[in-house]
Amino acid sequence: MADTASSSAGGTPAAVTTAEASREVHSTSLGLSNEKLAMWTLLGSECLFFGALISAYLVYYGRYNGLPEISPALFDIPFTSVSTFVLLMSSLGMVLALAAIQRGDDRDFRIWILATAMMGTVFLSGQIYEFTVFVNEGMRLDTSPFAASFYVLTGFHGIHVTVGVLMLITLWSRSMTGNLTSEHSDVVENIGLYWHFVDIVWIVIFTAIYLIPYEQARL
Amino acid sequence: MLGLVAAGCATNGLPQSAMDPAGPVARTEDQLWDLVFWIAVAVFVLVQGLILYAVFKFRDRGGDDIPKQVAGNTRLEVIWTIIPTLILVGIAVPTVQTIFELARAPGDEALEVRVVGKQYWWAFEYLGDEGQGVITATELHIPTNRPVALQMQALSATQPDPGPDADPAVGEPVSNGVIHSFWVPRLAGKQDAVAGHTRLLTIEADEPGTYPGQCAEFCGLSHARMRFSVIAHEPAEFERWIADQAKPAQPANDGLVAQGQELFSSQQCISCHAIQGYEAAAGQAADVRIGPNLTHFASRQTFAGGFLDVDDPEQLKAWLRDPPGIKPGAQMPNLGLSDQQIEALSAYLYSLE
Amino acid sequence: MTAVPADSASQGLRILKRPKAETGLWSWVTTTDHKKIGVMYFLATMFFFVVAGIEALLLRVQLAVPDNNFLSPDLYNQLYTMHGVTMVFFVGIPLGAAFFNYIMPLQIGARDVAFPRLNAFSFWVFVAAGVFMYSGVLLNGLPNGGWFNYAPLSTTVGPDPSGYTLGGGSAELASQVHMGRMLLYSVGLQIAGIATLAAAVNFIVTILNMRAPGMTLMRMPIFVWMTLIVAFLLLFALPVIGIALWQLLFDVRFGAGFFNPSVGGDPMLWEHMFWLFGHPEVYILILPAFGIISEIIPTFSRKPIFGYTAMVFAGIAIGFLGWGVWAHHMFATGMGPVANTAFGLTTMTIAVPTGVKIFNWIGTMWGGKLRLTTPMLFAIGTVAMFTIGGLSGVTHAVVPTNYQQTDSYYVVAHFHYVLFGGLVFGAIGGFYYWYPKVTGRLMNETLGKINFWTLIVGFNLTFGLMHFLGLWGMPRRIDTYASGFGWDTLNLIITVGAFIIAGSILLLVINMAVSVRRGKLAGDDPWDARTLEWMTSSPPKHYNFREIPQISARDELWHRKHAVTEDGAYIRVPAGGAGLVVDHDHESDIHMPDPSFYPALSAVGMPIMGWALFTSGAAMIVMLAVGSIITVGSLFAWAFEPSAEEGH
Repeated sequence: MADTASSSAGGTPAAVTTAEASREVHSTSLGLSNEKLAMWTLLGSECLFFGALISAYLVYYGRYNGLPEISPALFDIPFTSVSTFVLLMSSLGMVLALAAIQRGDDRDFRIWILATAMMGTVFLSGQIYEFTVFVNEGMRLDTSPFAASFYVLTGFHGIHVTVGVLMLITLWSRSMTGNLTSEHSDVVENIGLYWHFVDIVWIVIFTAIYLIPYEQARL
Repeated sequence: MLGLVAAGCATNGLPQSAMDPAGPVARTEDQLWDLVFWIAVAVFVLVQGLILYAVFKFRDRGGDDIPKQVAGNTRLEVIWTIIPTLILVGIAVPTVQTIFELARAPGDEALEVRVVGKQYWWAFEYLGDEGQGVITATELHIPTNRPVALQMQALSATQPDPGPDADPAVGEPVSNGVIHSFWVPRLAGKQDAVAGHTRLLTIEADEPGTYPGQCAEFCGLSHARMRFSVIAHEPAEFERWIADQAKPAQPANDGLVAQGQELFSSQQCISCHAIQGYEAAAGQAADVRIGPNLTHFASRQTFAGGFLDVDDPEQLKAWLRDPPGIKPGAQMPNLGLSDQQIEALSAYLYSLE
Repeated sequence: MTAVPADSASQGLRILKRPKAETGLWSWVTTTDHKKIGVMYFLATMFFFVVAGIEALLLRVQLAVPDNNFLSPDLYNQLYTMHGVTMVFFVGIPLGAAFFNYIMPLQIGARDVAFPRLNAFSFWVFVAAGVFMYSGVLLNGLPNGGWFNYAPLSTTVGPDPSGYTLGGGSAELASQVHMGRMLLYSVGLQIAGIATLAAAVNFIVTILNMRAPGMTLMRMPIFVWMTLIVAFLLLFALPVIGIALWQLLFDVRFGAGFFNPSVGGDPMLWEHMFWLFGHPEVYILILPAFGIISEIIPTFSRKPIFGYTAMVFAGIAIGFLGWGVWAHHMFATGMGPVANTAFGLTTMTIAVPTGVKIFNWIGTMWGGKLRLTTPMLFAIGTVAMFTIGGLSGVTHAVVPTNYQQTDSYYVVAHFHYVLFGGLVFGAIGGFYYWYPKVTGRLMNETLGKINFWTLIVGFNLTFGLMHFLGLWGMPRRIDTYASGFGWDTLNLIITVGAFIIAGSILLLVINMAVSVRRGKLAGDDPWDARTLEWMTSSPPKHYNFREIPQISARDELWHRKHAVTEDGAYIRVPAGGAGLVVDHDHESDIHMPDPSFYPALSAVGMPIMGWALFTSGAAMIVMLAVGSIITVGSLFAWAFEPSAEEGH
């Protein structure tokens, strides 16, 4: 969170030697802005974060604590497929928003960035609905290792989407007040990187949780 | 210093020393240790010698000359990459062989014992026909020159033992105790007992004797007081021992012992401790397995996780008065017994030969 | 001035005024200067080092004689747990951060790190984590499950691991006590992890992106390379322990069953995840020390590091292989012969790059002109002591002997040779070496040498003898032992040794404290060193270098001080080299990021959120809300605050 905050802050001119040099955004050793490099670095860390969560889920696949009905049998795959599709489409929106701001089209930018945020929100709503249904069916955090690892994995992904939506809305409001112009397209690009990552991770999670045929109880 | 090191490793006669193996498993491990140790000593002497030589030979003795600016030497660097690699290969081969040798299951001739780690004591259950249902605590008796196959589990302190054949798949309780580690250094290296799993270890003793051991995985307040011993007998002696253990306790008829026996059921003792051959009037089960099985209490040397001596009646009385006060974290509560009740109970326990 | 023009919106969102203090307490709280942050990291680390040291002394008093009852078992367990947790998470990691912060930007010729406010944030979050962790002193006690905190001892409340019921406390209270202690552990380390992760990202970006012109990757000092490797290790290791800590938190606070076997969870999962982090962590702790002595040894040998490329790649190899060895902490857990073989072999492999490093250090000294100053003594001591730890490490990799050694005092001896003999010796060498750069004054050499020799004696007395204890069957983490195992004399000597260590560390602290004012003035380059940090003033100005140097070689400073004669020999350039001090008077043109309140403020919310978990219902929600408003609000305000003020 801290890192994204600093990246959305725009430039961090620590490398700056003189006022003139400060105008050269690309005077870094790698020719990549510090913010973008930091975002890539952070995403590398996130890979391990989700890797650990997905591994834990797979380790506990089939451990239903003697409750075979509280299992992937509860999953409504068509429903989740639709919300997955919406989330994937939001990446398209993000691409279009970035393209818009890069060519200086503020109006299109606002449309697409808002659309992206909306699609993220739709996905989150789907997740909340799904959690509610599962809880009503008797699947709680303390029901079984399967349930716990399902909630923790999808829950942490949901938190990432939420953070992304908040950042998108911040971008939109900055644009509305005229504080986000094509000069700041790298801020949008960095947040875009994050957003695409969160989408791609969902493809892996969706495959691991919903598409692998579930097996009978092991324990 | 080297002399000290060598002396340290050769020290015999210490009761719990891994350097003084008393059975084939520990000896195999020790032989490998000897190999690695001397290689390590050689490398140690080489490296420290080089350091000392460099320090004395190349120290600044004044003058303005600038030493030759050597940035490296590929041939040397290749050499000191390859030589350690070769040494390690030399260590790796016997290591891998020994890993698989130690992991091999013992043959049918092995004595099978189920080992249950609890906070803070071990239960030993002799399996099969030969075992005759004998269960002991804290002391594992084995025959000499015969492999003993241990099946290790961990149970929570307050959980009734589901027995060796419990099947979690059909809803029978699964072990959920904390992790313990079974370590009798003179007989074998450690093996953890992990809840939800059954872990295997083979031990064997060459000579009759008592081999002390200790829990080696931190398991809570009285981890330090979770001791036990393996007592090896000549095979014929072992046969006699297990036959004795298989006998049920004899009911007491009168006197202080009978009072103690009465107290044993009226004072909750029986709800945790089994005494074969004795069932309370109220019909309580005699095979509960929460606390140690006390059928032959008086035949043991130690109790309370190998921490107290059976031989010392004062220790037994102090224990009965306030178990957690003697052994922090002990699951046996302070029952508020009177001095007279303690006398009776200890008389009864000492009658359980 | 700013790189990006300040947003007018940010003016509207300004909640707190820009801090202006340049001296005094507030200048430290709000600073974004990597050198001040480095000094604060150092001071905080020394504080925790002393705390954990006192904990160790208490443990040693308890173990000095058999059947001792100086400490209750519960207190003993808390102290040994906190000794480990503090030394690893609140000394080892931030000690690296202290050196990285102060030295690394100077060595690459940068004015600051890439994200100065994020840097301040890392420090304050680390402090918040320490405060949270030790708040147990005022609550129901400190964590008591060991730094490894194995489940299910950590997750099950049933057996009353704190022994709370012994004092007549109810079982309900006992489970609250236990839960509170485990919350301190899981949330405290989680907060510390956030701090460290932010620092890792910061260091990676700084090293990759902010090198002075001409400083290619293969011209970077070895210390900078080790910083980079450590930062990458942290980047990938922290999320793994992060997830494990979340799972622990959900288990103890919300009844999830990740590690509870009775609902199908598996305690082995915790062990795997903990050590998957825990072993890279070992290299996270030791590689900074390797970097430090790779600076000290060339300087005082008057030679370049021997086999620079091999040193770099050995470091990378250690970092990389460090990911494939974690289960060598678990040989006795019954993973089976195949897994044990695999992890035994990978562990042995690590000895090769480590050996390369040791031989290269000796190669650096070989043929040199050694000045045996205090930093050099500590550096040589590091090589010698670490070698012993490395060799006992090889004996651990031999799986069958590991069955005997694991969880015994032999292991305690081993990792103290690696971490004390390696990390602490190396770090103290680093203190003596860079102290004149930081303070402008040298530390006292006589005291320094006494410090070194007493430490060598105390250290070997303490940890050398522990090898024997372990081989003679003494398990770790026992709060007492009976007489009759042959352990009594050794334990007594070890306790004496521990107090010698304490005396030696006291000497170090006194030397540091006294030398601040009384030490000899150092000048820019007191050691006749080789790297960039010695080109600027001692202490450096807040902008580090008047003019960013152009780099044309490894050991840039050395090359500036020497010229090559026709026959290829080096001669000293008179007057210390031309162009060494460039005195363009355009100081006023150098713009540095301004201080900010927000990094420190955002850290305040985190422990509040942690303490919320101790309560329930409305109180919990209120505390969580307050904590997150402080933290998230500060982060937002920070995002809208320009890094530096316009026209300042």
